[in-house]
Formats: sequence, C-alpha cells, structure tokens
Amino acid sequence: MAKELLKGNVAIAEAAVRAGVEAYFGYPITPQTELLEHMAKRMPELDRVFVQAESEVAAINMVYGAACTGARVMTTSSSPGVSLMMEGISYIAGTEIPMVMVDVMRGGPGLGNIAPSQGDYNQMVRGGGHGDYFPIVLAPASVQEAIDLTVLAFELAEKYRTIAVVLADGSIGQMMEPAELPEMQEVDRQTPDWATNGAKGREKRLLSSIYLQPEDEEKTNLRMLKRWMEIEANEVRFNEYFVDDAEFLVIGFGTAGRVAYSAVRAARAEGIKVGLLRPITLNPLPSERMADLAEKAKAFLVVEMNTGQMLDDVRLAVSGKAPIEFYGRLGGVVPFPDEILEQIRIMAQQPPTDTNGHARQRWFERMAVLD
Amino acid sequence: MQTEIVISGFGGQGVLFAGQVLSYAAMDSDKHVTWIPSYGPEMRGGTANCTVIVSEEEIGSPLVMNPKAAVVMNLPSLDKYEPLLVPDGVLIANASLIDREIKRTDLDAVMIPANEIAEEIGEKRLVNMIMLGALLAKLPVLPVEDVKLSLQNHLPERHQHTLPLNYEALHKGAEFALQGETAKV
Repeated sequence: MAKELLKGNVAIAEAAVRAGVEAYFGYPITPQTELLEHMAKRMPELDRVFVQAESEVAAINMVYGAACTGARVMTTSSSPGVSLMMEGISYIAGTEIPMVMVDVMRGGPGLGNIAPSQGDYNQMVRGGGHGDYFPIVLAPASVQEAIDLTVLAFELAEKYRTIAVVLADGSIGQMMEPAELPEMQEVDRQTPDWATNGAKGREKRLLSSIYLQPEDEEKTNLRMLKRWMEIEANEVRFNEYFVDDAEFLVIGFGTAGRVAYSAVRAARAEGIKVGLLRPITLNPLPSERMADLAEKAKAFLVVEMNTGQMLDDVRLAVSGKAPIEFYGRLGGVVPFPDEILEQIRIMAQQPPTDTNGHARQRWFERMAVLD
Repeated sequence: MQTEIVISGFGGQGVLFAGQVLSYAAMDSDKHVTWIPSYGPEMRGGTANCTVIVSEEEIGSPLVMNPKAAVVMNLPSLDKYEPLLVPDGVLIANASLIDREIKRTDLDAVMIPANEIAEEIGEKRLVNMIMLGALLAKLPVLPVEDVKLSLQNHLPERHQHTLPLNYEALHKGAEFALQGETAKV
C-alpha cells in the first residue's frame, strides 16, 4: 500500500476496520472524536455494526455483550470517558473475553482539558477496574505505530482472551503523518469454543464474571495470571536508539518518547553519549531490558507527560543499580525537545550518583514553578 | 536538518488546510513530515494554528519552541510568533489584517496584502494559498511546482475545478514575495 497522509485518530479507526473489526460501540469525546466519526462512516458502508451509545457506560456494556458472541469488537474514548467504562472493563476482564480499547489521553484528573497527556498510565497499566487482572497496554509514538499496534491489539486480545489497550495521547490522535495502512482483511467470523452465540444443537455455554465460591474465583484468577505470565514472557516490545555506546539512558513512551528522541539526537550532536529506550508495551513493561541497561549506564532519565507514573516502575526494574532522574510536564503540557536536552546536559555534566531519595522529589525541586 | 513552519490565523482562514497542502507535497517528495493542529476551542472561532515539520530524517517532536518560519494571517498570530522565530527566520504576515510593522530586524519578512490580492483574483478564500506561495518563495523547503502537483493529486474530485485559481494564488503570493526582494536590492 502507498503511504497516505493520515490523522492518528482516523488511522487507528481505518486500521481497525481493515483488521476486520465487526462491531464498534462508543461515545464522542475530544481528542478522539474523529476516530468515532470515521467508524460512523465506514462501518455501515461495510455492513458492520456501529453504535453511538447514549453514554460510555452503555458503550462498554454493548462491547461486553458483543464480545461474548466471539465477534471482533472495540471501543474508543478519552480519559474521562474511559473512567466511566471501568466497571464494564472489569467485567470483561473477569469474563475472560477479548476486547480492544483505545484511550486517547487528555489532561486531567477530572474533566481536565483536551490537550495531550499521559496521566492515565497508572489507570490502564494497573487495569483500571476492580479485581485481579492484567490488560495488555500498547503505546504508539507515531501514526504508523498507532496503525500497527491497533492491528496487533486485536491479535493479542484474541490470542490471550484478554483486554488489549492502545494508549495514545491527544498529540498522536490529532497529528497527521504519512503512514501505510494494512491490506483490507476479510471479516473472519470466529466461533471460539467459549462463545455464547446460540446453543441450538450443542450444549449450552455460560460466560460470566460471577464466581460465588471463593475457590472458583481463585482458580479463575490463577488461570488469568497464567495467561498473563505467558504474555510477559512473549510480548514485551520496545525500541532503542543510540543505545550501544550510551553512558546515559533516556526512557520515555509515546509522545514523550518521540520528543525525547529529538532531544537525544541533539545531545548526540553535542557529543553526549546518550541513548533512548522507548517502551512500546507499557504492560508488560520491558523491565528486564531496563535492568540490563542499568548494568552499564551511568544514569537514567525518565521523561513523561505526567508526575512520574512509569518512573515508579522503572525504579522497580532498575532496583537501585543506576541513579534515576525524572523530567515531566503535566496537565496537557507537552515538553519541547529543548527542555529535555537541558536535562540531559545537566545529567551528563554532573552525573547523579546519589541513589537515595526520589527522582520525583528532585524534579519537583528543579521545576520550582509553584509559588 | 528539519524545517519547522507555523501557520496561524483566525478559524476559517484556511490555516489548517494550507499546512496540509504543504504536508502532502512533502510526503509526495518522499520527505518526512508531521502536521499538528491546535485543536482546542479555536475550532469554534478565535485563533487556529498548525505546525508542519519537513525533514530528510525521522522526526521526533512534532512541536518546536522556535520555528524556522511563520505564516501569520492576523495580528494575534504575529504577536505570538514574531518573538519565537529563530534568528534569520522567515515571517510571512498578512498586511491586510495587521496594522503594525514587524519589530524584529533579523528576519526575512514579507508583509503581503493577501486579502486584497485574493479579491483581485476574485476569490476571497484564497488568502491561505497566496500566503503559502509567499512562504515557498522565501523558504527553500519545497518548490511551488511540487505543491501544485500535490494539490492536483490530493484535492477531492468536487474541488478539482478550483485548481487554476489555487495555482494563480500560489504564483501571485510568490511573485509578491520576490518583488519585495528585488525592491530591496
């Protein structure tokens, strides 16, 4: 396929269409509305299901119902809308059925604003809803990657009977870049052996997230955990830039990761031996790779568009083997490369040695923007 | 090397579209390109802008603190972006709607009466293409001919009849920008 100039939201929608999504349920919210708009146009013309529900709560429960039939289904929203969906997401997780969700994050908490943010890292990576479950979380940093990860999300969700989340932000959703869409796949109407799609001529099946006997729930949780451990073993994905001889390592995902790429390239031009690790899977996070890199790196710099939510996971992965600094912008503010470059310079000029204290605290003091 | 261009004005002046035209041309020339709009309440009136980055290599941040060029279609946009341009940056300002001089002296600046030129051509909505033409004359990021070809390739069928007027607008804009240059010499 030839490259097209595509807006992230539209690209994700069309990628899902071409991946053979059979049913879409959603409710409009900025900055992902173009995604729903594209679905509203495309799904009916392909004789597939599009429903603009009366609310996010309704949309996620429609997804739940449709997913139980074995259909390839998805929903998309942005931060406040995703919060509304959390009960349904937990039920879907507990019922062990596949579902793809896209969260185009915006500034928060609360109603916040419509600017790009990464404030929902903890919400999505930890699952968001109640109970013991682990969603796969994929973080695109470009329009092309948003396409590729949307297609991958369906494959992984169905392979592992789990929730797969594409966690983008407003910048990815609104940006246009040349990108290549996949070929149109035929809808592959699956009838998995768990699907509740009409019991005529066969034994009835039951899909539910109710396990009144704690022992049964425990068994279910263990079954889900086993699948998660397979995911952890097989599905970690990340990109690296200039890592081979790097003395310093920047870690950032999504938009923060690509802004950091600009900064790292500029720092390299100044002769600073710095590399970038950009996690693509936030869950599972490339923790082992971080630990390996910590053996030789003088220091890490974690860059996020939040208060350091992934930072805590990087600290766990690195386990004190290398000092970690942090730089974040919040509330919908996107850092410029110059800001990150300055942090890299500081790190290179005076490599941090103190592994005591918390990087978030030191960053907060450096920022010193509050009266 | 990358070139960053901000295009800014009132909603309805074709700011976002002008950026997209540039982006299509960059893509068609096998360059890397990003286009990112302001997407706030501006869509419902007020100021709108987009940033286009054209590069020979992979683009990191789609936004920069100090762009190489700015196309400003109204006064608030001039006030915002004039101070932010890099030294020796390119500034194309719409003289029809801006009643002050450009303050910086280190810029390659053109004050172009884009609304009047559009009226001469007979289509008020061509202001964005006139200013884009002026930009391309001053900034060697893409040849005007490439932009014309991309317009032809990507404009939907129902708008194809507007191509001659769009071409004229690009040329008039470029012509005006270069005239100013000759006058200076």
